[in-house]
Amino acid sequence: MSQALAPRRESEFGYTQRLRGWLGNHWGKPRFLVLVTWSYIVWSIVPVLVAIQFSFNDSRSLSSWHGFTLKWYTSTNPNIDSVFHSAELRGALEQSMKLAGLDVLIATPIGVLLALGLARWRGRGSGASNFLMLFPLVTPEIVAGVSLLLLFSQLLTFVPFGTVAQLLGHVTFSISYVVVIVRGRLFSIGPSYEEAAADLGAAPATRLTRVLLPLLLPAIVASAAIVFAISIDDFVISQWLSNGANSTTVPMEIYDATRATPQPSTDGIATVIMVITLLSVVAGVLVYRFFTRGESGRGSAIDDVAGFGI
Amino acid sequence: MYPRWLWPLTALPGVVWLLLLFLLPLYAVLGVAFGNVDPVLLQPIPAWNPADWNTSWFTHVLGQLVPGNAFWDVFVRTCEYVGLSLAGCILIGYPVAYFVARHASRTKSLLLILLVLPFWISYLMRMLAWINLLSPGGYGLRFLSATGISSVLFHLGVISDPSNYLGGQSFTVILGLIYGYIPYFILPLYASLDRIDRSHLEAARDLGASPFRAFWHVTVPLSKTGLLGGAVLITLPMFGDYYTPNIVSGAPTTSMIGNQIDLYFHGGPQPTIGAAITILLSAFLMILMLYYMRTIHRASREIPA
Repeated sequence: MSQALAPRRESEFGYTQRLRGWLGNHWGKPRFLVLVTWSYIVWSIVPVLVAIQFSFNDSRSLSSWHGFTLKWYTSTNPNIDSVFHSAELRGALEQSMKLAGLDVLIATPIGVLLALGLARWRGRGSGASNFLMLFPLVTPEIVAGVSLLLLFSQLLTFVPFGTVAQLLGHVTFSISYVVVIVRGRLFSIGPSYEEAAADLGAAPATRLTRVLLPLLLPAIVASAAIVFAISIDDFVISQWLSNGANSTTVPMEIYDATRATPQPSTDGIATVIMVITLLSVVAGVLVYRFFTRGESGRGSAIDDVAGFGI
Repeated sequence: MYPRWLWPLTALPGVVWLLLLFLLPLYAVLGVAFGNVDPVLLQPIPAWNPADWNTSWFTHVLGQLVPGNAFWDVFVRTCEYVGLSLAGCILIGYPVAYFVARHASRTKSLLLILLVLPFWISYLMRMLAWINLLSPGGYGLRFLSATGISSVLFHLGVISDPSNYLGGQSFTVILGLIYGYIPYFILPLYASLDRIDRSHLEAARDLGASPFRAFWHVTVPLSKTGLLGGAVLITLPMFGDYYTPNIVSGAPTTSMIGNQIDLYFHGGPQPTIGAAITILLSAFLMILMLYYMRTIHRASREIPA
């Protein structure tokens, strides 16, 4: 509180002097930066809050407020495309959840194994493999979409468009995230625990399952949460590899609605997917914290959260 | 400690997956772009053997990329949008990242959560939010006209119609791009600003540098890697973006390179041309990447981390 009161005393001075006060006092609290930062935060969050608000609007309008209702979520009236009862929106929710769940189940094990291999394999081809792993992270999504579309339409034509193609695409662009997170953890734990276990007579298989795996578990959980969130939010790959109405995901549904006439239920389905994403990330952070409790040399919970962003 | 064959073996599934579903698809793009086109159905006939490659479609697209042709206008417009959005991200993002890294003390945790939050809200939902705000009668539109911002923008010629932000306004597309990508810019910048050792600044001040001089000659060079990293992180996807202009504008007058590619595959008749544009775009972005990696390499030699 004392810091909050301190700058107020400066208002006794004139404006120019106060301006000098900011610049002169390098370690003080610069109000200009406070203003920019909080304005930015309001600007970045409030539009989303407004979208959430209008998913509860008792009207078809997305701009004028007519009171609170849950009908855009739960109504069974066939004239109202509610999130949980309209075949289209419900189908999109199910498709998004199905893709994200399967993506986690496939990309996480492949990514963990690849991270182990890339961190410890020092032979021919390891450098090239490392390079290959990093490339999907910097490839613009449209290039990824075009290339997979042409692969499945010209070369591997036995792969059907729709769920299968979408899943293959999602996994391809999730593996690298798993590798980056798990490899970071591998480097920070180092080889000493496994060396100690070896000195005490543990067989290689025991070292892997009883020493390395428990130590890697937080990173595995974190990467699974991130893969889930990335897959749920993905629009471009899902769109390029879809086969029409049967494989529409929530982001595709939102896109199509914004190009036609968005309704409060569009805001509603976006809100549902946002809540699911946030819950998965929070669960990931909590599990990560639980498994790494008592470890020294790591940052605060906030660093973990910030790390989740990158 | 472990058998030699173990680690190449664990890497195998991932490497095979990426070879088949990342590298091979890129080759498929080359095969289509340098292939032929069925004269009746206009469907691509890909050429898989590089000896059979036909460069006529590629040179056709390249020929469109000179001043005076339609594709040149799209390319210039894309560069303008990306450049202005990047400038906007730096102008807004640098003060924010600087404040959170240097000055926020008790509120730092809260601020970081709020900065990370947009990462976990679907990009499409964040664009949809602006449709809510800027559609007729929306909160944002009312705010802009009540504060007089709309008429100022109108008189400056930034927007052509103060009541219609969603009908082909470049301003709205740039606003959408900044809004969409700025979180990805701020976080790496924050990380590099947060790592700066304060004693460097204290030394500069002790040696008589003014606060501004100390900022310009110490903080800015030390945050260069984060600044460039954030810029590359948002520039690459912005060059390939097609959904932002489609959602907040939808007009051909605001179409970007990504929209052209989208058009040639979805709706337009010729995937061959779309594939050729994709290759040009990738090559252009590759040059950007190489420039970035060279700069980072130099910076890491000049300033010991």
